[in-house]
Amino acid sequence: MMAKQSLNKAACVRVLERMLVIRRFEEALVEMSGQKLFKSHYHLYIGQEATAATVVESLRSDDKLVTTHRNHGHVLARGADPGAAFAEILGRATGLNGGRGGTLHMSAPELGFLATSSVVGGCIGLALGGAFAQQRRGRGGVSVAFFGDGSLEEGISFESMNIAALWKLPAVFLCENNGAGATGSAKGGFPSSLIAAPRLAGIAESLAIASSQIDGRDVDAVHRAVSRGVASCRAGRGPVFIECITERWEGSKPMWPELSTGITDVALAWESERMPKKYRDWHVHQDPILLHIRKLLRKKLISRAAVLQLDRKVIARNAAARQFAIASPMPRGKTALDSVYA
Amino acid sequence: MKPMRKITYSQAFVEGLDYCMRKLPNFSLLGNEVMGLGPQRVHLETIWRNYPERVNFPPTSEAAFSALAAGAAMSGEHVFCHLGAASFSFLSMTSIANEAATAHYASGGKIKVPVVFHMLHGLRIGGGTQHSMSPQSMYWNVPGLQIVLPSCARDAKGLVATACLSDNPTVMFTHDLLIGMEGEVPEADYEIPFGKADIKRRGKDVTLVATSYMVQVSLAAAEILAAEGIDVEVLDPRTLVPFDKKALIKSVAKTGRLVVADESHLSCGVTAEIAAIVAEEAFHHLKAPILRVARPDVPTPFSRPLEDFVTPTADKIAAAVRRVMG
Repeated sequence: MMAKQSLNKAACVRVLERMLVIRRFEEALVEMSGQKLFKSHYHLYIGQEATAATVVESLRSDDKLVTTHRNHGHVLARGADPGAAFAEILGRATGLNGGRGGTLHMSAPELGFLATSSVVGGCIGLALGGAFAQQRRGRGGVSVAFFGDGSLEEGISFESMNIAALWKLPAVFLCENNGAGATGSAKGGFPSSLIAAPRLAGIAESLAIASSQIDGRDVDAVHRAVSRGVASCRAGRGPVFIECITERWEGSKPMWPELSTGITDVALAWESERMPKKYRDWHVHQDPILLHIRKLLRKKLISRAAVLQLDRKVIARNAAARQFAIASPMPRGKTALDSVYA
Repeated sequence: MKPMRKITYSQAFVEGLDYCMRKLPNFSLLGNEVMGLGPQRVHLETIWRNYPERVNFPPTSEAAFSALAAGAAMSGEHVFCHLGAASFSFLSMTSIANEAATAHYASGGKIKVPVVFHMLHGLRIGGGTQHSMSPQSMYWNVPGLQIVLPSCARDAKGLVATACLSDNPTVMFTHDLLIGMEGEVPEADYEIPFGKADIKRRGKDVTLVATSYMVQVSLAAAEILAAEGIDVEVLDPRTLVPFDKKALIKSVAKTGRLVVADESHLSCGVTAEIAAIVAEEAFHHLKAPILRVARPDVPTPFSRPLEDFVTPTADKIAAAVRRVMG
């Protein structure tokens, strides 16, 4: 079966909706952190939404996924309830994982997610196991590892790709390289990756893994690469490696996230004169949501009014989800001793 | 009555694995040389022959293939993952301690991780620093893992079966010196429940708790002591997690004396934890201080007299028992 390499109108709008769901969720999260509703460190997916929102278009319900400390986007894109996701991050009993995981380990096994590992590179090894299980089952299922460029600093990533290639496992190594423009801890920002390889895809190529490097902000480019890669995995041709390149969003450069580019205004997709000068580059060239809206408008797949309406709907649902989480009870302390063993 | 057949630990272990292969279609084996590199390794070949599509020989990538085992288990497979010498399991520590042990808990009980991490441990003569380790106490410090240490052929068969059928991640230790040891083993399939200690020798004077190969050494010590009129009870917990506190306290209540023998290092070792349980929960039964026989807190040397010096032996255990007898 040939994979469909372009998304139809309905799919394009679905992808936009998912991107907005993730964005509004995380914008709210920055506010909630500021309100001290939770105290942990956390990692935002802003600027990378095109990847998660598009990848899931190529997946079946029996496919496996593994994500990292930067998991909100992946879990929401796959369809997790934002109320339960907020509740998890606030440590509430109604959270996706009963408050046991928090922002770093949010996971939805009912949607195909394996455990969410916050150990850099950990997700790659677990996804390898998902691919092993899929191959044993023989029904064409795949296992997707979402990870950042930093994971390739870890030895387990090389070992895992080697095993996947040797055993032709249906693993999709989806590297979201958000390293471009990162400042790094030497300059007081969040650590950025330190890898000698000039092209990350080249690391996988050295193991004869089919690899590609694409613009991770471009929904169509992501879909072309992922649909082709997933189809190849389903056909038993072994793992694929897809490097999605994104710019490090301003708000994720400092050690603690900040909404430096403001609350997203979707109308900036067509009202360029209102763009604040300081972040013009973000609004014109980088924000995957504005890029996707502009493309849909250009192709006449959506109207401005429909974009605003969709955004309002997402914002309203997000507000309700946030309220649900804030109103949810905390777990009782003594339940900390439960569920250590199955 | 017909005497029961005697087979080696290795043969019994393989029978347990074979039972799981027959019972669980989603059970597979990952790793090379499960029973070491000695002559007993051949017994695994029946598994390789009978279930070729369920036996996997990974490259030397302990971190990745142990993560593979954990991830496959999270995806609904049952996996027996062999890591070689216990020292090598440190390369897999992230998959065992960070991933397998925590996933059920951190997911709010949604994820199950039915995986067994098996490793060879213990002073085996000439193993040196990196082939003699007994890190069972390190793993005991990782909540979420079950810990199993068979001490004989019969237990190996039933305990490996329970481990492989369990829905929880399990770390299983085989002592190098047990691999070729023969014992009576029933032919029928069986499972041995976790958390049930086994009294390997009944006695009334001293409770001698021992794990793994130390059970065999303790039984030899008990023979020496019996000739001196000291009646030793040898208690084998078989699993450290879950731990059978009840059986331990019951035995100490009877004897009033406790010696603990295990090959992990003395400080924060298995012997320390077992001594602490009795000190906290059964102190009033004690007629003498608790004594421990463990590996001293030094890396393991190669040269024979040096290695002998750090090895817990029947003589050292017998000496400890004499001391608690006053």
